[in-house]
Amino acid sequence: MLNDTLLWYTTRGAGAVSLVLLSAVVVLGVLSSLRFEVPSWPRFLTTGLHRNLALTAVVFLALHIVTAVVDPFTHLGWLAAVIPFSSYYRTFWLGLGVIAVELLVAITITSLVRGLVGHSAWRAIHWLAYASWPIAVVHGFGTGTDNLSAWMLAIDVVCIAAVVVSIGARMLMRSPDPLAADRARFRERVSRKVIK
Amino acid sequence: MTLLSLFAGPPAAAGAESFRDHAKRLGHRPRGDHALIDTLDRSGLVGRGGASFPVAVKWRSVAGRDRGSAVVIANGAEGEPLSRKDRTLMALRPHLVIDGALIAAEAVGASRTLLYIGEAHGAATAAITRALSERPAAELARLTLLGAPPSYVAGEESAAVNFVNSGVAAPLAVPPRPFEKGVDGRPTLVQNVESLAHAALIARFGDAWFQSLGRHNAAGTILLTVSGAVAKAGVIEVSSGCSVDEVLALAGGVSGKARAVLLGGYFGGWINADRAGSMILDPSGLRAAGGSLGCGVVSVLDESADPLDVSARIMQHLANESAAQCGPCFFGLRSLSAATTRIAARQADHGDLPQLHRWTAMVKGRGACRHPDGAVAFLQSALTVFEPEFAAAAGTRGRRAS
Amino acid sequence: MAQTELWIDRTKCDGSRLCAELFPERISLDDWGYPIIAPGPIPAALMPHAQKAVDSCPVLALALRRVERRPPPPPPAVKPT
Repeated sequence: MLNDTLLWYTTRGAGAVSLVLLSAVVVLGVLSSLRFEVPSWPRFLTTGLHRNLALTAVVFLALHIVTAVVDPFTHLGWLAAVIPFSSYYRTFWLGLGVIAVELLVAITITSLVRGLVGHSAWRAIHWLAYASWPIAVVHGFGTGTDNLSAWMLAIDVVCIAAVVVSIGARMLMRSPDPLAADRARFRERVSRKVIK
Repeated sequence: MTLLSLFAGPPAAAGAESFRDHAKRLGHRPRGDHALIDTLDRSGLVGRGGASFPVAVKWRSVAGRDRGSAVVIANGAEGEPLSRKDRTLMALRPHLVIDGALIAAEAVGASRTLLYIGEAHGAATAAITRALSERPAAELARLTLLGAPPSYVAGEESAAVNFVNSGVAAPLAVPPRPFEKGVDGRPTLVQNVESLAHAALIARFGDAWFQSLGRHNAAGTILLTVSGAVAKAGVIEVSSGCSVDEVLALAGGVSGKARAVLLGGYFGGWINADRAGSMILDPSGLRAAGGSLGCGVVSVLDESADPLDVSARIMQHLANESAAQCGPCFFGLRSLSAATTRIAARQADHGDLPQLHRWTAMVKGRGACRHPDGAVAFLQSALTVFEPEFAAAAGTRGRRAS
Repeated sequence: MAQTELWIDRTKCDGSRLCAELFPERISLDDWGYPIIAPGPIPAALMPHAQKAVDSCPVLALALRRVERRPPPPPPAVKPT
């Protein structure tokens, strides 16, 4: 009985920690693409933290998922953790969580073997983070038992605000690659014109 | 002295030589094979696209790989603004160029031959198009005509390969070089059209013949574009090994008084007039001595012209023609060009001239292709030959009074 | 023992400067923020930093390559004509 409660608290706690970590990872990812840098915070700190917090988040996510699956209260089989919308327990909201984590797995694996997949493929899959994170947030609102408690709401608000602000900044700012415009202009100049 | 080989036959006014006249005058083309590569080796033919690299060595490096699947690109892009020799050659002797391309394809074991011709070169494209229609069907089936975009770097060999593969004529980082992996990943020979035309004649008449056309140990003939302060600017064919003085005499002599000669075009360098006259134009010899004939541009700068203004304009053109792929090239040439322009306008900042020296060292060798290196070499030649003018102009820090 | 050196694909490099932060012994920056790579093989003691720099490049422009002993003279990249 105590074990069941422990499992339950661990699922919820690990879930909350994952949300916080992954929100930080998204913010750091945006800062990285914006080439954020001040004398006391070099670029490799942003990219290093982005990577390490992401891997840490994966660990907490694993904990979150495992404790949820083995918890006798939820009657989730392992399949439910892998196939979206296949659980009887909170089918829709859990399904969202499964999707979010599977996107994250794809992002993580391609990032770990970036050299093998090549830059274009890596980048295309990495953009799925902009899908994975909001889906995870909605999953948290839908399935989280704590979703209406004050502390969970506060965490949600802070995480969402941080990500929204950083994405807003990213959209407002010019590409930090100073060659982007000129490179595109040149390529346009020397591209094979369509033969009429 | 003006022993013609490429331009032997009908005069320029007659336009493109037809296939019938070409075959009547020179006979049908021989087949290319390994023996021909040996002949080219003995002939001393070097590439006429700018690097003056031995043609036989280049062909061998492609022929040695994957027999039967190589690709030949006849490079007639000619993006150098001061050079007109390739387009003139293609307009007047299209069948020599086509012969050379086909012979090269046979010699290196190529299954595809591409004619990469600057799309802005109307007469050349028209002549080649018409010439293709005159060729036997079996040859026509192996040839493809492509229009090269009118940009300076479009003629760079990796840009040509990139254009065929992806439709964008932007240079690529090497390795792998085209002779290793080019079109469709196959060994690719990218050879200038003039080099191919010479090869087409050597295949018929032999290496001893080609050697005999040159003077003073130089081999064969070369095409030059003479421009600037001369009476008769234009494309001429001369024996390799003749002097700049002789070339200028052929162009009707210098009109005015020469201050300097630009040898090799924007990708070459300035030479002081008093040194230039006696220079021997032998592409292999110059290359061995650390200089370069480049693509055969000989342009005379008159004393009345402002060498700083001319140099600044050339730098601006080179900066504008950067492919904008590599930061050091794009920003480096832009900074160099801006500083040179300020100095030429006599509005230099105090640091401009030292910065020129600093930036040339910073930019050299740090692009994917040799474009920034060429621009830097050009600027360095200007800084050397026009040192007094640069010093005088850069010492001025005044603004125009207004 | 094979010697390794840093190789950079200049067309991919977009000046993110992470490599210079992580391997300042061999990589510095020019006036426009692009890496200047000191030529020559990398001593074994510095290899971990070289590897970190290579891994850090967001566009995979850096690589470690075996130093060729005497590269056969290839045809040089033909200058534009």
